[in-house]
Amino acid sequence: MKASANTLEKNKTKKTFRELGLLVFLIVLCVIFQAINPTFFTWENLADMLRNTSILAILAVGMMMVMVTGGIDLSVGAIVALAGMVSALTVQYVPQLPAFIAILIGMGVGLGCGAVNGVLVAKGRIIPIIATLGMMNVFRGLTYLISGSKWVSAHQMSDGFKSIATGGIGPINTLIIIAVIVVLIFYYFLNYNRTGRYIYAVGSNPESAVITGIKKDRILIMSYTLLGLLAGLAGVLWVSKFASAQGDTATGYEMNVIAACVLGGVSVSGGTGKVGGLLLGVLLLGVLQNALPLINVSTFWEDFIQGIIILVAILLNISVKRRADKNALKRREI
Amino acid sequence: MKKWMTVVCLLVVAAFVFAACAPAAETTSQAPESSAPAEDGTEAGAEASTGTEAAAGSGKHAIVFKNTGNPYGEKEMEGFENAIKEAGQEAILRAPDQPTAEGQIQIIEELIAQGVDSITVVANDPDALQPALTKAMQAGIKVSAVDSGVNAQSRELFVNQAGSELIGQALMDAAYDMCGGSGEFAILSATSQATNQNAWIEALQKIMEGDEKYKDMELVKVAYGDDLRDKSVSETEALLQSYPDLKCIVAPTTVGIAAAGKVLTDKGLAGKVALTGLGLPSEMAEYIDNGVCEYMFLWNPLDLGYLAGYTAMALTDGTITGAAGDKFEAGTLGEYTVVDASDGGTEIILGPPFRFDSANIAEWKDVY
Amino acid sequence: MSKMASLNKRTNVELDRSVLERRLEPKKFFLQWEWLLVAILVVILIVNGSVSDYFRGTQILDATMNFMDKGFMVLAMVFVILLGEIDISIGSTAALCSVIMAVAYNAGMPMELSLVLCLAVGLGCGYVNGILVAKYKEVPSMIITLATMTIYRGIAYIILEDQASGGFPDWFQYLSWGYVGPIPFSLLMFIVLAVIFGLLLHKSAFGRQIYAMGNNETTSRYSGIKVDRNKIIVFTLMGLMAGVCALFLTSRMASTRPNVAQGYELDVIAMVVLGGVSTAGGKGNMPGAILAVFIVGYLRYGLGLINISAQVMMIIIGLLLIGSVLASNFLLNRPKALPKK
Repeated sequence: MKASANTLEKNKTKKTFRELGLLVFLIVLCVIFQAINPTFFTWENLADMLRNTSILAILAVGMMMVMVTGGIDLSVGAIVALAGMVSALTVQYVPQLPAFIAILIGMGVGLGCGAVNGVLVAKGRIIPIIATLGMMNVFRGLTYLISGSKWVSAHQMSDGFKSIATGGIGPINTLIIIAVIVVLIFYYFLNYNRTGRYIYAVGSNPESAVITGIKKDRILIMSYTLLGLLAGLAGVLWVSKFASAQGDTATGYEMNVIAACVLGGVSVSGGTGKVGGLLLGVLLLGVLQNALPLINVSTFWEDFIQGIIILVAILLNISVKRRADKNALKRREI
Repeated sequence: MKKWMTVVCLLVVAAFVFAACAPAAETTSQAPESSAPAEDGTEAGAEASTGTEAAAGSGKHAIVFKNTGNPYGEKEMEGFENAIKEAGQEAILRAPDQPTAEGQIQIIEELIAQGVDSITVVANDPDALQPALTKAMQAGIKVSAVDSGVNAQSRELFVNQAGSELIGQALMDAAYDMCGGSGEFAILSATSQATNQNAWIEALQKIMEGDEKYKDMELVKVAYGDDLRDKSVSETEALLQSYPDLKCIVAPTTVGIAAAGKVLTDKGLAGKVALTGLGLPSEMAEYIDNGVCEYMFLWNPLDLGYLAGYTAMALTDGTITGAAGDKFEAGTLGEYTVVDASDGGTEIILGPPFRFDSANIAEWKDVY
Repeated sequence: MSKMASLNKRTNVELDRSVLERRLEPKKFFLQWEWLLVAILVVILIVNGSVSDYFRGTQILDATMNFMDKGFMVLAMVFVILLGEIDISIGSTAALCSVIMAVAYNAGMPMELSLVLCLAVGLGCGYVNGILVAKYKEVPSMIITLATMTIYRGIAYIILEDQASGGFPDWFQYLSWGYVGPIPFSLLMFIVLAVIFGLLLHKSAFGRQIYAMGNNETTSRYSGIKVDRNKIIVFTLMGLMAGVCALFLTSRMASTRPNVAQGYELDVIAMVVLGGVSTAGGKGNMPGAILAVFIVGYLRYGLGLINISAQVMMIIIGLLLIGSVLASNFLLNRPKALPKK
C-alpha cells in the first residue's frame, strides 16, 4: 500500500540499485567476520553456508510473492513440517519409492495447504495474518496427529530419499541447485510474465487492479498456493537434509523467512519487492547463522548481536534509500 | 447466497466447539463417580495403606511432560500409563504444545481442579512450577517429579533416571575413551536454559577438573543447538571449522546428537571426529551402524515412566511418604528405596544409563 | 498497513456517524460482532460446565488466573493495532522486565522499588519502539519490533545467562495467586485496567485521534493531530503493559528466566483480532477484545479440564480463529476492509 503506482514508477525510472546500503553492509560484515575467524572465507564454510541457506531462499521467494500482494503467511513453518512429515511417512512405509515421487507428494501437500490459505484470504476475506495464524495451528496439530507424535528417523528412510540433499552436480549440492532454479524461475515469472506482473498490480493498488480487469481473487489464491507449493518442496528438502522428520520441524521458521524478505526490501504493505534485494536479505541471515557460532562470542550475546545487526541493516538501508530518493528528486528538478 | 454462507459458518463454529468436547466426554466417562470423593480419596488411600488394592480403580494419576510431539516423552508417558493401568487405575497424560513453564502451570491448575490424586511432572523449569505445585500439595495431591526435576520444596519425591554425577562420569569417560586419552573435545547441548543438560555438563566439568586422569583433555567449547535441527547443524559445522584438531563431540541431547551425526556422516568424518552423548536409539541407529558414533547412552524412558507411575501410586496409597529409607515394589522393576538427594529433597534412582552400540542397537531401534 | 484503511476514504466524522447508526438501529445493534462473541463465550461456558464436573462456582473465576497475564497486553495491543501498527516485541519486553526486576531485587533493591523498575523497563522498551516506528516511517512496525524483539530477549540472556532468579518475598505471590473475597486479585486488576483503557479509547480525545490515525494517517496529520507523538505514546503504553504482564507472570512462577513469555505476541495479537479489531487499522473496540480474551482463555481451560491433547487443542483454537472471522465476514454487516467492486 505504501508503494503507490507513483513509487513503482520511481523504481523503474531510477536505475540505481535500491538495496545498495544492504549490499555494502553485508560486505563489511563479511570482512569483519573474516578478520575474527579466518576459516569464514573458505570454500568449505561457504558451501556449508549456502547449503544451509538454500531452504530459506526457496521459502523467501514464495513469501515475497505473498507479501507483494499485501499479505503474509505465518503458516509456512507448519506447512514445511506437515509436507516433510507426510513424505517421510510415505517413504517409511514404501521404502522403494523413487525420491522424486516423495518430492512430488510433499509438494502436493504443500499445494493443498497453500490453496486453503489462499481461499480463506481471497474468498473468505479473512485478513492474511489471522487466516494463516489459524491455519498454522491447524497444520501443526495435524502434523502431530498423523505422526502419532513420533519422529521418522534416519534408518527408516531410504537411501534414495536421504541422497536428495546430499547429492549434487560436481561440488555443488543439490539443495543449492534447486534453490537457484527456483529463484530463476520466479525471477522470470515476477518480472516478465503477465500473471507475475498482475501480482504487483494487485499489491500496489487492489482497487485499480480490479477495475483494469485483473481477477484479484485468483491472483491471491495463486500466490498463496505457489508459496504452499514451495513450502512443500522445502519440507521434503528439510527432512531429507536432516534425515529426520519431527512434529516440531521448523517451528517459528516463518519469522526467519519474513525477516529475510523484509531485510531484502520487500514491503509488508504490498506492492514492492525484488528478487535481487531479497537474495541479499536471505544471504544476510545465512551469514549471521553461519558466522555467529564461528566468531566465538558467548551464546548469551548471540541474540543481542543478531538483533542489533538486523536493526542497523534496516536503518542503514533506509537512510541510503532516503538519500537516493532525494538525489532523484534533485535530478528531476534540473 | 450470503445467508447460506452465514448459516454454514455458524454451524461450523458451533460444530467444532461441541465436537471438541464430545470425544472427551467419553474418555472421562469414569470421571463423574470418582470426582465426588476426590478430595477424601487421598485420605481413604492413606488409611488403606496395608492393602494397596483397596484404592485400586479409584485413583487418578496425571503426568505432565515437557511438550507434545516428543517421541521420548511419548514413551515416558506410555510407561507411566502402563504402570497405572496394571493397578487398574486411571492415567491422565498431558503436555503443553510448547516446552514452557507457563503451559505446565496451566495444566497443573486444570489437574488440581479435576481433583486428581497425584501429579507427576517432567519440568521445563525447576523453580517456576513451585507456586502451582505447592497449591496442588495443599489440595492433598501427591506431587512427584521425574526425569527433569523440580526444586526440593515443590515435590515429595524425585524419580531420577540416574544421578547427574553418574551421567557426567559416563559422558566424560566416553569422551576420554574416544579421544584416546588426550585432545580437544566440544559439547553440543540443547538450549542454554535446559536444566538437565546444564546439570550434566556441570557434573562433567567437575569430574574433569577433579581427576588427574583427564588432565590432557581439553573442553574447547559448549555450543547450544537449542534442540533445533538447523541450529544444531550450524553449530556443529562451526565447531568443525573453528577447531580443526577437534577429536570428539559430546552431545547430551537427542536432537543435537542426531544432527551432529548427520553432519559428520555428510562430511565423511567417521573415524576422524568421534561422537557420543545421549540419544534415542531410533534416531541414532543410522549413525551407530555407519560408524560415526561408536556408542552412546540413554536410559529406557518406558522404564522411567513406569517407575514414576508406581511411585505416584505408592505415594497416594501411603506405602511411602517420600522420606529417605522408604521402600516399595515397582511392578516388574522390583523393589526401590528412597534416598536423600543432593538438593535437600529425596529421590529414587532408576539405574545407570544404558549403553547403545552396534551390538545392541538393532534390537532397540524399533522400541524407542 | 494504515493506508489500507484509507482506501475506504472514511473520515473521522463518517466513522462516528456509522457507529452511531449501527448503535441506534435495533436490527443492526444485535448483529454486532460483540454479540456473536458473547454468544460464543456463553456457549463455551455452558459446554465447559456441562462436560466437566469441575467447572462450577469459583472455578469460573479461578480459571481466569491462567490467562490474565496475556489479557493485560491485549488492552494496549488494541491501541497498537487500531493504529494499523503491530508490536511483536512484547513477549521479549516482558521477559526483560521480569529478568531486570529479579536481578535488581536480588542485588538488594527493595521489592516495591523493583516493581516500579519492572514497569519502567517496560515503559523504556516501548518508548524505544515508538521512537523508531515514528522516526522511520518507511519501515513497517512489524520489522522494527522484530529486531527489538531479538534485542530485548538478547539483553535478558546477557543478564541472566543460564541462571534462574527468584526468591521474592511472599507477598509478591499475592499478585497472581491471591484473592479479594472470591475474586482473584489479577482479575480485579484486569477489570480496573480494562475500564481505564476502555474509557481512554472510547471517551477521550486521545482515543478519537487513535481511530482517526488508524483510518487515515495523512489526513490526521493535516488536521492537526500530533501523529508521531500519539504513536510514541501508544507504543510506550504497550511496553508498560508488557511490564505489567511481567509482574503477574513472575509472581505466578515465583522466579524468572530469560526465556519466559516466549510466543506471547502471537497469542495476544490473535485475541485482539478475534475481538474484531482489524489489522488494517481504525476498526474495532475494547469490549470486543476483552471478550476475546475470555473466549480463548476459557476455551483453552475448558479443553484442558477434559484433558484434550495439546495437538487437538491447537487445531481447535486455529479453527475457532478462522471460523469466527469467517462468520463475522458473512454474518455481520461490518464495513469491509476493501470495498467490493
